[in-house]
Amino acid sequence: MDVESLARIQFGLTAAFHFIYPPISIGLGLILVFMEGMYLKTKNPVYHQMTRFWVKIFALVFAVGVATGIVLEFEFGTNWASYSRYVGDIFGSALAAEGVFAFFLESGFLAILVFGWNRVSPGVHFLSTILVAFGSFFSAIWIIVANSFMQTPAGFKLVENANGRVRAEIVDFWGLVFNPSTIQRLSHTVVGAWATGAFFVISVSAYYLLKNKHVDFAKASLKVALPVALISSLIQPLLGHFHIVQVAETQPAKLAAFEGHYNSNEPMPLYLIGWTNQETQQTKGIGIPGMASFLLSGDFKKPVTGLDKFERSVQPPAAFVFQSYHLMIAVGMLMILVALVAVWLYRTGKLQDKPLILKALVLSVVLPHICNQAGWFSAELGRQPWIVYPVYNKDLSIAMPGLLTADGLSKAVNSSQVLASLVLFAAVYVMLFILFIYLLDQKIRLGPTDEDMPSKRI
Amino acid sequence: MNYPFDLQVAWFLLVGVLFVGYAVLDGFDLGIGMLHLLAKGDMERRTLLNSIGPVWDGNEVWLITGGGALFAAFPEVYATVFSGFYLPFYLLLTALIFRAVAIEFRSKHESARWRTNWDVSFAVASLVIALLAGVALGNMIVGIPLDKDFEYTGGFFNLLNPYSLLVGITTVSLFAMHGSIYAVLKTEGELQEKAKRWISSTTVFFGVCYLVTTLATLVFVPNMLNNMKAAPVFMLVPVVNLLAIIGIFYTTRTGQEMQAFILSCLNIACLLALFGIGLFPNLVTNSVAGLPSVTIRNSSSTEASLTTMFTIALLGMPFVLAYTSAIYWVFRGKVNTKHLHY
Repeated sequence: MDVESLARIQFGLTAAFHFIYPPISIGLGLILVFMEGMYLKTKNPVYHQMTRFWVKIFALVFAVGVATGIVLEFEFGTNWASYSRYVGDIFGSALAAEGVFAFFLESGFLAILVFGWNRVSPGVHFLSTILVAFGSFFSAIWIIVANSFMQTPAGFKLVENANGRVRAEIVDFWGLVFNPSTIQRLSHTVVGAWATGAFFVISVSAYYLLKNKHVDFAKASLKVALPVALISSLIQPLLGHFHIVQVAETQPAKLAAFEGHYNSNEPMPLYLIGWTNQETQQTKGIGIPGMASFLLSGDFKKPVTGLDKFERSVQPPAAFVFQSYHLMIAVGMLMILVALVAVWLYRTGKLQDKPLILKALVLSVVLPHICNQAGWFSAELGRQPWIVYPVYNKDLSIAMPGLLTADGLSKAVNSSQVLASLVLFAAVYVMLFILFIYLLDQKIRLGPTDEDMPSKRI
Repeated sequence: MNYPFDLQVAWFLLVGVLFVGYAVLDGFDLGIGMLHLLAKGDMERRTLLNSIGPVWDGNEVWLITGGGALFAAFPEVYATVFSGFYLPFYLLLTALIFRAVAIEFRSKHESARWRTNWDVSFAVASLVIALLAGVALGNMIVGIPLDKDFEYTGGFFNLLNPYSLLVGITTVSLFAMHGSIYAVLKTEGELQEKAKRWISSTTVFFGVCYLVTTLATLVFVPNMLNNMKAAPVFMLVPVVNLLAIIGIFYTTRTGQEMQAFILSCLNIACLLALFGIGLFPNLVTNSVAGLPSVTIRNSSSTEASLTTMFTIALLGMPFVLAYTSAIYWVFRGKVNTKHLHY
């Protein structure tokens, strides 16, 4: 295989694997703030027990998240050196800001969260929990600023050096930070992370109810997590809508690939299921004619730019993107249903008597992960073949050229090196995932203990 | 906003400060890792792990932020070094992952074999990280072959030259010494007695490495002295360095561990300062005659970007230093063996 394919597989693998963990941290971080806040307010010991138990889980998730995150930071340099040279003036500042504003905060105060129970006052501990939650959120901000620049670059100019190499140089920092897709993508990602944390807590709590163990603990955990799950999964389609309106404006080929739309003279249908054929440049499926046009513009009849406006060489892999995008939406809808049913049964006190529902809730932990992964694959593959997207004018002429993914590779690296590191990391990650699941399972089976109760505080 | 000084130099110093922070802080927990297998029995090993438990993760953030700052301020260096040192960097990353996992997972399962496996992973990974970091620094000193676009043109074995390996081994000895002093600070009783014996051997090990590396530098890379010859005030750094090392030998033998630890931090800072003074204004030396080295001038981000980043650092770093100190203060004192997390 060529260097580009191998390097892309490697980045995709390491990024997708890493992205299992931060959404749990972000969501669980928020839920921990609620749990500990409830304890300080009510002094009900079960909230103390919950906080201590979930902090241990948080620490495990965080450790794997950090270990896999370092790899990504270095990978830009190892496999994508030309890209790093091209965007370093812009992209580097976001990564460095992430370190200064997010990672120090997160890792520093996590120490207090995990080890500080007997060393600081309850108020200081609660403050640390809040700061850890903020830290994980800040981290999301900066990494999404960096990634959004790749999607909708702004605040820069292109400059050629003496050797004829071009690089992007910053002209407007706030233009970079608030580039056309930052807010839409940040809100969509963070709310997805809240759902991920909430469904995680729901799954474990449902497991305890199913086994009739730690019942009070499980119910109290559900009381905190269910509203988070319901609210986040309900507002997510709305945030997705704002995002897609922006994609339509700034990345028309990506939107066309999401919906498998090849005919610029026709309105865009909203497919429920379908199949996109890149060879014949057609999509067949069941959908509502003109519905996507209506959602974008309020007019069922309005034509939307299709992939026919783009040379095949700059079309994203629509067959894949169509499926991953629709998978995300379908599973997102399922999450709303699951959250509604769970909240309703919880409120009417019937949840414990419904083993089938409880089993479904145990399994529901994977739903947000499917959405997160499918959503990111749609976003990143929909960006191809660009590593930095071109800026288009309204008439689809190019206002600012992009950088092709193929031009972002490291010139000093050959395919056997990339293959070797890919095999190495695939093996390490498989091992890491097995260990993570094993230890998580062990912690969950052990459950909350008396040691987590406040009376044991010294 | 405009800063009234040379931002490229300021960022050279700032990236230096971040890497000094990393070496001083993660240095002791890497050292603990290398010494880990010398502690016998589960209790001793857990005590050592708990001595670094609350802080190792935060210490590693200095590396992540240092890497980010390098990317932000000198993207050409970041791209050149990381793609050039390709396989060593992947080994380094693998070691970082194994080490993190070993610390977190070791005590989470009651099985002697499980624990021994993770103990070995922790020790080997710690050693490999220190060694590879040192080898990378060594190569930045002796130089690597680059073309006119700063693309690395050598192979894997270019990187394993004797001088760089020597710097690698010196780094191992440096962190082993730093870690053993930290161990004495954080432990008591039998384990502390043991750690004191580690100090005796690690200080000698480091002393020898220091002498050999210094001689090798004077003989094989004498241009590392150019800046000192031009501005003799920098001669103070090796003098302070030497005094710090003598101080470490003295204080570790008189039982003044806290002083020894501070001197050990100073020693690390001086060694990295020597590295910076020797290289300046280069960041990566080009070993190909006639082609330019990567310098702070030809590798940096724009004035605008450096200005913004400097403001970010100015806003962020005081907080980082304040709460990092506060967290170290919260966890001061000997390891409490009644509440072992790890």
